[in-house]
Amino acid sequence: MNRTAGASSHDKSDPTQWDRIAESKEFKDLVAVKKAFIIPGFIFFFGQYLGLNLLVGYAPRVASVRVVGTINVGYLIVLLQFALGWLIAALYSLIAAKFDALTKDILARVDHGERAD
Amino acid sequence: MTISLAVFLAFVASTLAITYWAAKRSRGASAYFAAGRRITAWQNGFAVSGDFMSAASFLGLIGLIALQGFDGILYSVGGFVAFVTILLVVAEPLRNIGKYTMGDVLAYRLRPRPVRALAALTTLTSAMFYMIAQMVGAGALVNLLLADSGITYNMAVVGVGALMIIYVIFGGMLATTWVQIIKAMLLSACALVLTVLVLKHFQFHLIDFFAAASQIVFHQQGHTVIRDFLQPGLRYHPPHGALDLISLSLIFAFGTAGLPHILVKFYTVPDAKTARHSVVWAMVLIGSFYVMTTILGLGAAIVIGPDSILAHGGTNMAGPRLAQALGGDIFLALVSAVAFATILAVVAGLMISASTSFAHDFWINVVHHGRERAPGESVLVARMAALVVGAASMVIAILLGPTSNVLILATFGMAVAASANFPVLALSIFWRRFTTAGAVAGLSVGLLAALALIVAGPAVMGVDPPGVTGAARHLVQAQPWFPLENVGIASVPLGFLAAIAATLLGKEPEAERKFNELIVRAHTGLGAEKAAAH
Repeated sequence: MNRTAGASSHDKSDPTQWDRIAESKEFKDLVAVKKAFIIPGFIFFFGQYLGLNLLVGYAPRVASVRVVGTINVGYLIVLLQFALGWLIAALYSLIAAKFDALTKDILARVDHGERAD
Repeated sequence: MTISLAVFLAFVASTLAITYWAAKRSRGASAYFAAGRRITAWQNGFAVSGDFMSAASFLGLIGLIALQGFDGILYSVGGFVAFVTILLVVAEPLRNIGKYTMGDVLAYRLRPRPVRALAALTTLTSAMFYMIAQMVGAGALVNLLLADSGITYNMAVVGVGALMIIYVIFGGMLATTWVQIIKAMLLSACALVLTVLVLKHFQFHLIDFFAAASQIVFHQQGHTVIRDFLQPGLRYHPPHGALDLISLSLIFAFGTAGLPHILVKFYTVPDAKTARHSVVWAMVLIGSFYVMTTILGLGAAIVIGPDSILAHGGTNMAGPRLAQALGGDIFLALVSAVAFATILAVVAGLMISASTSFAHDFWINVVHHGRERAPGESVLVARMAALVVGAASMVIAILLGPTSNVLILATFGMAVAASANFPVLALSIFWRRFTTAGAVAGLSVGLLAALALIVAGPAVMGVDPPGVTGAARHLVQAQPWFPLENVGIASVPLGFLAAIAATLLGKEPEAERKFNELIVRAHTGLGAEKAAAH
């Protein structure tokens, strides 16, 4: 299968359809719910990551405080960073099902004779 | 030794069989560049992991932690965090908008020729850094394992180069993907067994293991030192340590999300939803792998000791030597063979992304205005580019020699991706006002800033005592102009600032008008490239 372009034929027949979809309430809702998860998730995760590096760089004594045996604050935060990454991935997979449903609604409203699926 | 060779030859034989199978199936550009977009979520998750968990992470990282403890562990976290960026920000829009390369996304609403030309340049640059790192790793492994067999560093580099050229030229993305899947399985299994062996060494008492890691004895400038390897400060210390760390974290957080060989993997799946699931798979695999590297690195420090690591084989060999200490020669052979397999898989991934970008972005779209003059031209050009890029990396890896730390080299590739690719990729997806001038400025300033600061920094410049010779000697014998090894803290903001400033200087109504189309495509997948029927 060799496709010539990602742009399929309907954007030539109707150049305004993108604007119509972009300005529709459904699309704006989709973008809003996505942002409501992605932006806080992103800031929270990288906030912690920046915090880890600031802690290690500027307060190595705090990072070296031992918690369990010789395991210290720094190493525990490292493990927490992995756990948090997995948590965000799990939450995002769950929430993205909602995005998919909203997307399906939007696509259903689009007049398109040639969508394959 | 013979077992190592046997395992390695078995891997090579099976990958060549895959290549033969893939070559027979592969017809047309979408098959060659994107495996027909029929890779499933778990397959792509393994393939992305196989693409990302490089010789740098396996060999370089364990060595770094074994010598520098907690500061090395920060590299483990860094390798993982960027996948959150990829999951939340990059993978789905990329799959929905593009076709084969990162340049597709950038060129979508901007003037394609300047943007694609630069995107091809940054892609090639970052892929080359990475590729050279892998080849050096391959050569170093051979130095350790087959020193008395007559196979030299140079022969190993050429061998790896030749194999990867075969995979890429004949098997395209389909063969590359399966080589990476198998390698990711082997590498994960290998790391798991090695981790269990390390913990078994301490009768599975984690507290005892970490207690041992807190009293590592080694020699430094003639003194005996005892250090807690869980404490920070062995690598990054005053005056610039903290800044260097922040800089490193910036490179990691954004660099991976701009690595062309990772990005192209999301074109091999049928849709954005599969791309998303494949990132989750990759995060599970890569995260657990990197958690294990912290145990393996500390384990190498405890079991072998920093002195012995430096004296025999250097940092890159800490992992294989740990395997030998705990599992004997047979396990050393297995681990080394897996490390080889790792290198082959990663190099093949880099090779195909670099040659795809050259053929699709530069040759077809820049030189020939988006038209193939003959059917199959883009695939043909990509195959020739693979040959040239492969040969060039072999030559550079031979010139650099076996002692360059492969992790540091790979970090440079990432610095280019973080400073040039990521800012422009993010701005073109999220900023309506973004212009061609902004993309051109961001790509070129980001690339130049990263390269210039690396050259002016302590990796290239430094004053060595008279005894230091060969590859360990700094290229330029002078005080470094830029104090940090990790350039991200300066080059990433420079990339962003240049892109933003150049955008604000002018307007591009055409690009703004197409923004609605871009975001509708990005969020809904309307009009996205479909999987090949069969």
